[in-house]
Order: sequence, then structure tokens, then C-alpha cells
Amino acid sequence: MSRGAGHRERGSKGHLERTVQALRDAIDRDATASLLANSDDILQQLDPRVKIIGMLALVLAATAAHSFLVIALIFGAAVGLAVSSKVPIGFIAWRVWLGGLIFSTSLALPALFLTPGPTLCALPLLGWEVTRSGLRSAGFLIARTETAATLALVFMSCTPWAHVLRGLRVLGVAATAGAMRYMTHRYLFLLLKIAGDMFVARRSRTVGRATPKMRRQAVTSGGGVLLEKSLDLSEKVYSAMLSRGFSGEALLLDDFTMRGRDWWALAALIAFAGGAVWIGR
Amino acid sequence: MHIPDGYLSPSTCAVMYASAAPFWVVAFRRLRDRLSAQFIPLLSFFSAFSFVIMMFNIPLPGGTTGHAVGMGIGAIVLGPWGSMIAISVALLIQALFFGDGGITAYGANSFNMAIVGSVASFWVYRLISSRSPIDSPRRVVAAFVAGYAAITVSALCAAIQFGVQPALFRDATGAPLYAPYPLGIAVPAMLIGHLTFAGLAEGMLSAGMVAYLQRANPRLLAATAAGALSGGTPGPAPGDSVWTALSPLWISLALVMILTPLALLAAGTAWGEWSVTDLSDPEMRAQISAASQHVEPPLTPPRGLERFASVWTAPFPDYAPSFLKSAAFGYMLSAMMGVGLILASCLLAVALFRRFAHSLPSEKGFDS
Repeated sequence: MSRGAGHRERGSKGHLERTVQALRDAIDRDATASLLANSDDILQQLDPRVKIIGMLALVLAATAAHSFLVIALIFGAAVGLAVSSKVPIGFIAWRVWLGGLIFSTSLALPALFLTPGPTLCALPLLGWEVTRSGLRSAGFLIARTETAATLALVFMSCTPWAHVLRGLRVLGVAATAGAMRYMTHRYLFLLLKIAGDMFVARRSRTVGRATPKMRRQAVTSGGGVLLEKSLDLSEKVYSAMLSRGFSGEALLLDDFTMRGRDWWALAALIAFAGGAVWIGR
Repeated sequence: MHIPDGYLSPSTCAVMYASAAPFWVVAFRRLRDRLSAQFIPLLSFFSAFSFVIMMFNIPLPGGTTGHAVGMGIGAIVLGPWGSMIAISVALLIQALFFGDGGITAYGANSFNMAIVGSVASFWVYRLISSRSPIDSPRRVVAAFVAGYAAITVSALCAAIQFGVQPALFRDATGAPLYAPYPLGIAVPAMLIGHLTFAGLAEGMLSAGMVAYLQRANPRLLAATAAGALSGGTPGPAPGDSVWTALSPLWISLALVMILTPLALLAAGTAWGEWSVTDLSDPEMRAQISAASQHVEPPLTPPRGLERFASVWTAPFPDYAPSFLKSAAFGYMLSAMMGVGLILASCLLAVALFRRFAHSLPSEKGFDS
């Protein structure tokens, strides 16, 4: 028995526990976002629609800018908004800057040597030539990715998820699509919890070492069970909706009200993004 | 596969949003008309399911793990239109709340994964599974190939979007402003990873889930299996092996092998497949130049080509075994030998893999 348990630790711990961890992380993120979003700081006080439009405008400006200075300005603004809205910098650094930097750098690194252009320097020992165009190109890629991801995290963590999904209607999305997104979000965490519990249950009943084939079967069967449960739940929810008089027409309550500071914030964000696009052409 | 912000230019992102929009509209209308009021809860749950399934770690051969997107199983259960909507919503939540995929690149990601992936998966599945019964092993094979093909085609789309960036968007100094690699680098770089790990993960998830649903809830596979034969009718039976189930593919393969001598009708040498002697032959040099937009090949063969050309001499150079006089028969024999070698290698790999799997301690306690 103890030998089996030891084997289990080495053999099947990896994928099941990593899956459970990923599912729990997703639930934790929602909890963290809820805490941040419900405080009473600068970004949190703004109307969700202003934040969505402002974020899109700034991300677009960062993507369209052809100047490092402009991208750096937008990045600085994102960090400034994070500090003033009490979004922990460590949270952003861990969630976005580090992961984004590793991902973008690994993709951008070969561009230093592969992009044709005037040589800037050569790597010692290897002799590979770093080109000026390659350096600029890799720099743009990393700067834009980091800035856009920082903006998305700062704005999204200062807005309750339900408000973001409802606020998306400002982009002209139909009420039916809005209702679908809202329901998806609502039941997403139920399914995350069901999937997490399912894998924990399987793990707790596993004795001995599973072959790769059995581990794959465990995951794919888990997916199958989850699919069945999802569809079963959807039918139950549908029945509940029908019993409450749902006729297929989705109606959402729009209780957002634009106040004076929302209009000012919207104007400021759009003016800043527009100015950045203009200067960074 | 999830393209972040900053890799595609704003105009490319706009084009991709515009390309995805008609599919979203049509999918929405079709599903609303077909499912009526049930449309909202059904697709909401399937979107949530797609999101969760993307987090599953799937053990792959070789000891590594991979993530699937779920486009294979999505299209098999819901059909292409339902899968498009469900995966698009899951991608939106990933982009907004989890930073997985960009906001400006959401149109491109949806186009690649939700739209192209779902359509590819659905048609490959339909093509291979044909009218086989719901519980046929052929459907498991079809699901694997569908998932594998879907993620590969999606990756190819993403690679093309990356690859066109340096040709279209550069700054005044000539530096690429967005994804810096041209098609020649972007396509193989994207495809290598997806033809191996990601493709296997998607294929295995799709095949495993279809195999599970065949046993547990075959009703869920019925929506996209119009015209499927019921049990006991001619066609592959549940007990049939995968080899029997794939009999139409074997017949097609045999037909292709018989037709291989048609390749002899093609004149000249394929571009880039020149030998050392071709580069010094005036007639061949003229052909190479004509095929290369009138760029003259080097007067002397490249040293590397010269050095490595003689390292390996093929037993049947140019598909023409020396002991056969008929070029057509030589071509056909080469095709048969090639296919035989590939099949033998696959069987050997499967046998070794099974032996390795059996040599591991049994896990009788692993509940099912």
C-alpha cells in the first residue's frame, strides 16, 4: 500500500493536481478581483462603460503607437492608475510583467538576429550579429504586449466581472449575447468547482501507479462527465427560466448611470489615447 | 495560439474582427432559430464548459502534458455554429479576465480557433466518420483526426497573420513594427509545436471524450451524426478494430499508390530540390533561373551542399530502383515500399509503447 502510494506521488500527481490547481487559481482570481473591484478608489468609482471604453482606447493607442516614448507614457499612465486605485504592484508584476516578459522575450529574442538591418553588435563567442532593426522590433513587441496586458489587468481588476459583462453592451452587443455572457460567467465558477471536486475525488480514490493511457482516460472521461453535467444543468436552468415566464426574449436591467465625473474621466481617457495615437504615428 | 495584444497591427485586428463578425451573426441567428428559447442556457453552459476544458492538463506520450482548446469536441457535440459561439464566448472571458489572448486580437483569436477550428473539426469528423454507427471506433479515430486537424489549421491561420506583419508594417528604419518573423519562419515555427504537442492534446481530448460519450451518453453525439447507421447494419461494428473501421482510407491509399506514376508526367525538377550536378548543367541552370524569377543560381555549388550531398546515398534515388527498367513500375514500387516502411515504423512504435505501458506496475486501484 505504501509502495503504491509512493508510486502514485511520482506517477500521477502531476497532471491531475496541476489541473485542480489551475481550476482553483481561476476561482481565486475571481475572489481577488471581487475584493479589488469593490473598494472605493479612483477607477473603482467610475462607471463600467467608461472603464471599458477607456481601456479599449488606451490598448488601441499602445498597439498603434510607433514610438517607444509614447508606449512608455501609456505604460506609465497604467501604473499610475493602478497605484491610485490601490491595485498592488506586486500583483501586476507577478501576474503580467513577469509572465509576459518571459513569453514575449522568448518569442522576440530570435528577431534580434534574424531581422535584416545594420549590425549593432555581435554576441561574444557565438558571433551572432544583433541588428538595429531586430532590437527595435523585439522592443516594440515586448513593450506593446506588456503595456496592453497591464492596462487590461488594471481596468478589469477594478471592475466587478458582472459589471464588465453588462458594460459590454455599450459596444452595441445584442441583449441576447449579453445575457449569454452573463450566464456563462455565472455558471463558469460552478463548473470550475465541479471539475475541481471531480479531480480531487478521483485523486483521493487512486491507489497505485496509473499508466499514461489511464491518466489520459481519467482526464478525457472527466471532460465527458463535465460535458454531461453542463448540458444537464443547462436543461434544468432552462426549465427554471421557463417556469419564471421566460419566452426567449432576453431583457437586461441597465442600472448604470453616468455622473459628471464619469463624463470627465471618459473625456480624459479618450483625449489621452487620441493624443498618444497622434504623437506616436 | 492565443495571440496577445501587440503582435498584430490595429488594421489586421480590424480585418480579423470584420472577418469573424459575419460568422458570429449567422451562427447566432441559426442557433436562435433552431433552439428557440433554449439557445441561451445551452450555449452559456457550453461556453463555460469550453473555458473549463481549456484548463485540463492532458498527459501526452513522452511524459509531457498539453492543453487543448476544445474546438474538436465542441464541433462534434454542438456542430460548427454552436461551437463557434461557445468558444468565442470562452475566449472573450479568457481575454478580459485572465489575460490569455489580447483584447485587440480577440477577433483574430476567435477567427482562428472558434471559427476556422470548429469548421475544420466538423468537416474532418463528418468526412472520416461518414455514416458509421454512433458507437463505432471509427468515430473515435475521426474525432482524433478532427481535433488534430482543427488545431493545426488554426495554428496555420495564426502563423499567416503573424507572417504578413513584417511585410506590411515597418517603421522608417525598416524595423518590423509587430510580429517580426516572415511567413517562411512564422509558419514552420507555429506548426512544429502544433503538429506535435498541441495537436496531440486536442486530438486525444476529442477522441477520449467521444469514446467516453459512446459508452455513457451516445445521445450527445447524435446531433452531428446525421445519417449514422444504427447497430447491426452494414458498416464497422463496435467490436471492429480500427484497421477495419478505416477500410475506406486503405482503399483510397491503394488508389493513390496505383496513380503515383502520373507524377512522371510532370517535367523538370521541383524548386529547391536541385542536385550539385544540376547547378553546373547549363540546361538545368536555365530552368532554375526561369523558376526563380530570373535570379541566376551561383556558378559553383555551395560548399555545404557539395559536402553533404554525398553523405547519404538513397537505395532508390529519384524513386527509380536500378533493378527495374519500367519507370512507372519503379515509381509504384517505391510508393508501396514507402507506405510499408511508414506502417511498419508505426506498428513497431505502437508495440514498443504497449510493451512499455505493460511493464509499468498495474494500477488496479484506479477507479473508472
